[in-house]
Formats: sequence, structure tokens, C-alpha cells
Amino acid sequence: MIFVNDKDLVVPGEILAEEDFHPGRGTFKEENKICSSVVGLVAIRNKKISVIPLQSKYIPKRGDVVIGEINDIRFSMWGLDINSPYSGLLPASEVFGKEKRELEKVFKVGDVLFLRVIDVDEVKKVKLGLKGRGLGKFRGGILIYITPTKVPRLIGKKGSMINMIKDKTHCDIVVGQNGVVWVKGQTDMERIAEKVIKMIQNQAHTSGLTDRVREMLAELTGEEIEESKEISEDLGETEELEGETDENNNDQSSDEKEEESSVEEDENLPQEIIESKLNFNLKR
Amino acid sequence: MITIITLGTNIGAKSREDGRAFDELRNLKIEAGVLERADGSAYLEFGGNKVLVAVYGPKESFIRRFQRPDRAYIRCRYNMAPFSVDDRKRPGPDRRSIEISKITAEALQPAVILEKYPRSVIEIFIEVLEAEGGTRCAGITAASVALADAGIPMKDMVVACAAGKVDGQVVLDLSEVEDKDGQADVPVAILPRSGEITLLQSDGNLSTVEFEKALDLAIKGCNQISEVQKEALKKRYGE
Amino acid sequence: MVNKMNIVPEITRKSITHLINNEERVDGRAMDEYREISLETGVISKAEGSARVKIGNTQIMVGTKPQIGEPFPDTPDVGVLMTNSELLPMASPSFEPGPPDERSVELSRVADRCIRESQMVDLEKLCIIPGKKVWMVFIDLHILDYDGNLMDAAVLGAVAALKNTMIPEVKVVDNEIIIDHENMKPLPIREEVVMCTFAKIGEQLVIDPSLDEEEILSARLSIGITASDKICAMQKGGDSPLTKEEIMNAVKITESKSKELMKYLEC
Repeated sequence: MIFVNDKDLVVPGEILAEEDFHPGRGTFKEENKICSSVVGLVAIRNKKISVIPLQSKYIPKRGDVVIGEINDIRFSMWGLDINSPYSGLLPASEVFGKEKRELEKVFKVGDVLFLRVIDVDEVKKVKLGLKGRGLGKFRGGILIYITPTKVPRLIGKKGSMINMIKDKTHCDIVVGQNGVVWVKGQTDMERIAEKVIKMIQNQAHTSGLTDRVREMLAELTGEEIEESKEISEDLGETEELEGETDENNNDQSSDEKEEESSVEEDENLPQEIIESKLNFNLKR
Repeated sequence: MITIITLGTNIGAKSREDGRAFDELRNLKIEAGVLERADGSAYLEFGGNKVLVAVYGPKESFIRRFQRPDRAYIRCRYNMAPFSVDDRKRPGPDRRSIEISKITAEALQPAVILEKYPRSVIEIFIEVLEAEGGTRCAGITAASVALADAGIPMKDMVVACAAGKVDGQVVLDLSEVEDKDGQADVPVAILPRSGEITLLQSDGNLSTVEFEKALDLAIKGCNQISEVQKEALKKRYGE
Repeated sequence: MVNKMNIVPEITRKSITHLINNEERVDGRAMDEYREISLETGVISKAEGSARVKIGNTQIMVGTKPQIGEPFPDTPDVGVLMTNSELLPMASPSFEPGPPDERSVELSRVADRCIRESQMVDLEKLCIIPGKKVWMVFIDLHILDYDGNLMDAAVLGAVAALKNTMIPEVKVVDNEIIIDHENMKPLPIREEVVMCTFAKIGEQLVIDPSLDEEEILSARLSIGITASDKICAMQKGGDSPLTKEEIMNAVKITESKSKELMKYLEC
């Protein structure tokens, strides 16, 4: 028996279903009842009920790509703020290999980096790395913070949403799974991208978002609205699937999808950013 | 003035100082997401009470005392504004507010899924801007909404309400005057789905029968307030 | 809910500074433009005077409480104003519970000087028995949400709360004070005062710094000014110096901007 519909807004403790259903993330099972544990939107997929939270902190997971800020320099590692209850560590060996060098000469406190989560151990020590395509230090641009659960929405299906913003603003955009977004372009275009990204975060749970984003972009950039019906239809699906790729998940079964999301996002990095950031890694 | 004396069998007829029935709550209003900086927040007006709650976290805990290896630690601070009461209250914690902070954290804890965020801390700040009896219950009720607003996973939303004895009669939700003149005050917090009790205090004299009656009444009040909590959260996200 | 890095990232510092050097601000304001201001009075019935002020997302609740107490020995026939502020931990992750820290004390003292030196409240009228009993008015600033520029919000809220304050009539009969709560009268107010705060970022001065701006400012200047353009309080903050030209420029802007702020007090 089920008591809610797909996309219903529910609150913690609300009974969603009884028997016959499996608890997904954002839910828990109590006796034979499945209840919501967060404020969020119901997602029903083949007898599995999940609740996509509207608000959440980023919990680091191996393989994620994140944007972090150096906030500490120790003997053989940097400490990073990754917009999470757990801070990250970047070991010097990840950067220098066996070579011994002064850490401050490479990254200073206040520097912002694009990194990968290499490992999260049982005491929640988060090890970060810089090996990989597109990882490294950012130069210039602005940072925007969004709720991490809304990252999949900002990216859109196969990067459709973020690519639309990139196209219209001619900005380079990098999205960390920890909800930190880096944007670089012309100053006015950076601000437009910021406005649009904030709008997506605030309205992530509403329908018809893609069209509103397109209109907003056209209005702010002064460009004509293009007829792009197919994209619109394509995105219709995304709206339904939003959050399915979210990272804060205890539920094993949807892990595959999450992996896809991070890979997808990585590949969406514009070539020029990858190069500009690679200069560091090339030294090794 | 003529006072009509009623018999105990007709308890509903005896009017209270503010005209409420024995089982009637004061006016209640809850709003979620009212602060910019906090991760979650709620504002509550309950009769003459005005309470604001902010939640931060789960966030990194730098103080070992506030760190648990297997779960998050809840830290709660109940505070009264100096202007919230008739005679100015000196700023800073006193024995009363320290006790309330402790029992509030304990009242909320059973609902929060703490295992999800080991080693982190969840901070709850309750500010009483105006007090008119029943602020601890108002604080707990608002704190649940603020926790949910912060996206903190919970098994249920704890809700609190008091009952007590005034003029020999067991009544729901004592006002400040009733609390002062009354014979007993019993604040209760529950997990509404299971009906389990997470906070219970009693101050005054009650027979066993009266106590049970007060408890039942308080639980009934909690269930009513619980609906307002849910509405507040649903309204926040535009339903 | 605002997510931020605990230390201002270098690229954020640079982008804000770069914008301001081109006379632009992150939120689109002009250099001398305030954020949206809202002011409500009489919001706490248990307080004899109260106000809730918002400048942008910065929010302060102010309550006043008059009490009868003893005057200071050097001013035996004037009433006493006491300003206290609490940077509540609810308002910002950088505010800690505990006794007032230096930021809180500075805020209280600057607001206090601004109100006291403007002679806004006619304290002589608050004397009950010279040398023995006077009205002491406590102004409590409860900082609820911190998004930059607490100074201007504190003064605006405190002035509004004082204007909203009612004190009971008192009579002295045979050296005994009779307080008549039936007859309440407003505090004796002479003229209003407001404060304008500037931040120096890059080569520019901006008014009403937001939190992002406040976190990267090199110098800060707060100027208290009365309705009749008397400068009654100033406070320079921040690590870097200001030039005389910059200061005089800020004073000039304050003269015109203060009129805008005063309008919020006309209620």
C-alpha cells in the first residue's frame, strides 16, 4: 500500500508506504512501514521509494570531484575546506611524488583547487588527489555555492543544463559534487551565470525549470530565444530523474548511477580549462 | 460579577483566564527558513511567546568533548533575550537556561539519525525573543522544524506541549499567568508517530489520576501542534 | 542558508576587488547604495520599546527596558543609557556562545557613543531624585542574522526602539517613588541620529558593506551623524590606513545618505 504520489513533498517521519515496497535513500523502514527521513520530494521507481532531500550537506565519497580551498598547510600535506562536515587532506606526495619541496611555494592558504576524493576512511579522514584530467588550481573566476543535492539538477541530463549556461554566457564552468561551482568568463557574464545557477538551486524542485532557465538566459544575455524543442523534450525526462544521481546515498543499488554522473561531469569540462589547470600536473 | 460554580463533571464549562477551553491551545504560528546564515531555521509564535531557532551543521567538530566516533553530537543552547521578560534578564546563561538546553538536546536526540554523520556536531540555538509561559516546549517544537529545514535526517519530528493544573482543573497549554497561579505544570515532548515520550518534567502537585489526565491532554496538544509543524515545512517549499 | 568557505578564497577576494575598482558590486549596487532596509517597531510587547531592523539579510532585534537605579556620582541629576549587544551564535558560524567578545564590545560601545553624544535622549528629564534615583534605560541589541554592516543596523534599530519606548510616570511623595503604570509617556527625544559605514576595498570606498565585502575590506569607517548634520561619533576599523581625502569624502556622502536613513525612522 502506498500513501504518496511521485514528486510529493514530504517531511521527516511521514509514512510513505507499507509492505510491497523497498526503502530507498532519504527513507527508513520501521516494522512494515517506509517513512521519510528528510524534507524532500518522493521518487517512486519500480517499488523502490526514495526521498530526494531539498537541503543537505555534502558527505565525501570516493571518486567524487570536488572544489576545495586550502585552509591549512602542515608538514607534508595541505588541509582543505570542501564545504562539508569533513575537511579534506591533500598529501604532498600526491603533488610532488617522492620529491621534497616547500608546500607554500605551490599552493597557499586561500587557493582554490579542483580535486578528486581518493579515499574516505572509517574515521572520515578525506584524502584528496590532483591526478587526473582537469584537476588543479583555479586562476581567476568566481565561486558559487549551491546545495549539493541540487548538483545533478544543475548539470542536467548528459550535461544539458550546464552546457546551455556555458553556451549562452561563454563562460567556463566547473561543478564540484560538493556544491561549489567555479565560473570564469567576462565579468558581466560571470554574474549572469551566477544568477541563473542560484535560480536553478532555488527552483530545483519545480517543474518547467529548463524553459525558465532558457528564458532567463536569453533575457539577461540579450540573445534571442532559440527554437530548441528537442532539447526541451529531452530535458523533460531529466526533471523526472532529478536527484537520482545525487551523491549523499546510503543505498547501494543506485551507486552505479552516481558513478555515471561524476564521469559525465568530468568529461564535460571544456578543453581550455583542462589545459589551464594541467600546467601544474605536467611538472611531475 | 457573578461566578457560576460548575461541578467537576462539567469541566469544559469553566472558563480560563484568557477564555480558552480546558483543552484548547493558544494561537500558534510557525514559519520555516527565516534566517539567511543558518543552515536551517524556524520562527514560532505561540500565544505571547516568540521563539527563533537556528540550526548549524552537521559541521566539523573541533572540540573533542563534542565529538563522537560513531555519530553526530547535538549541542543545544536555549537563551532568553534580556527584553523577553517583564524585568530585564541579565544576558548569558543561568541555571534555568542550562538545564533547559540539556533536556532540549535530549528531547530531540531520539529523532535525529545521528549515525549518518560520525564525528560531526549539530548545533541548535534557541532564542526566546518574548516569553509568555511554555517557552521550553515552544523551543523544542521550533527546533524540530529548523532541524528538518537544515536537511538533517530524522525518524520523526519531535513536538512538545505542556498541560497542568489550574484552579483544581487539569488544563492544556498553561499561559504565563496560569503557570504562576497554577498547582502544576507538566511539559511533554513526543515522537508523534510512535507516541513515545522524549521529554517529561513535572513541577507541582498532582494525584496519579490527574497526572495521567495531564499527560493525555499534553499528548493530544502535541498531535495538534505536529500538524502545524508539517504545514510550515510544506509551505516553505511552496505547496 | 549560505554556504561559504571559512577563509575567503583568493579568487573571491580578487573578483570582488576587481569589480569594485570598476565601480561595480557583486549584488549590483552603486558604491553609495544601501541594501534594502526594513524597520518595524513595537514588535515585543514585554519590552517597553522594541524594533526589528533588517539591512539586506542582516537582522537585529532591539529591545529597551527602563529601570530605576542610581545615577553615576559625577552626573547625579541625569538618567543613564546602557547599550549591550549579543552577537548570537545563531547569527553566524563565526560567532561563539559565551561572554561578549571584542567585536561585540566594539559594536555596543560605538552604538552607545553615537546615541549618547548625539544627545538624542534628554537624559536630564530622566532624573527622578537628584543624586539618588534616575531612570536607567537598557538597550539590548540581539543580533539574529549577520550579513555585514552591523553598526548601521544597530544604530538604526536602537534609535527606532528608543523612539518607541514608553516609560511610566513617576511621582515622588515624601521621598518615596510612586510608579504609575497606568500613565505611560514616551522617552524625551530631541533629535535623531543615524550611522553610515564605509568599507575600503581596492581603491574605492563603498557604503553598507555586505558580508562578502566586509570580509575583504582593508579599512572601515563608521560615521554617526544627527538630523542637523552634527558628527557625533566615528570609528575607524580594519588593518589599513585611510587618507584624509577618503575620510572627508565619506563624511560628505554621509551628510546626504543620512537623510535617506532618517526616513525609515519617520514612523
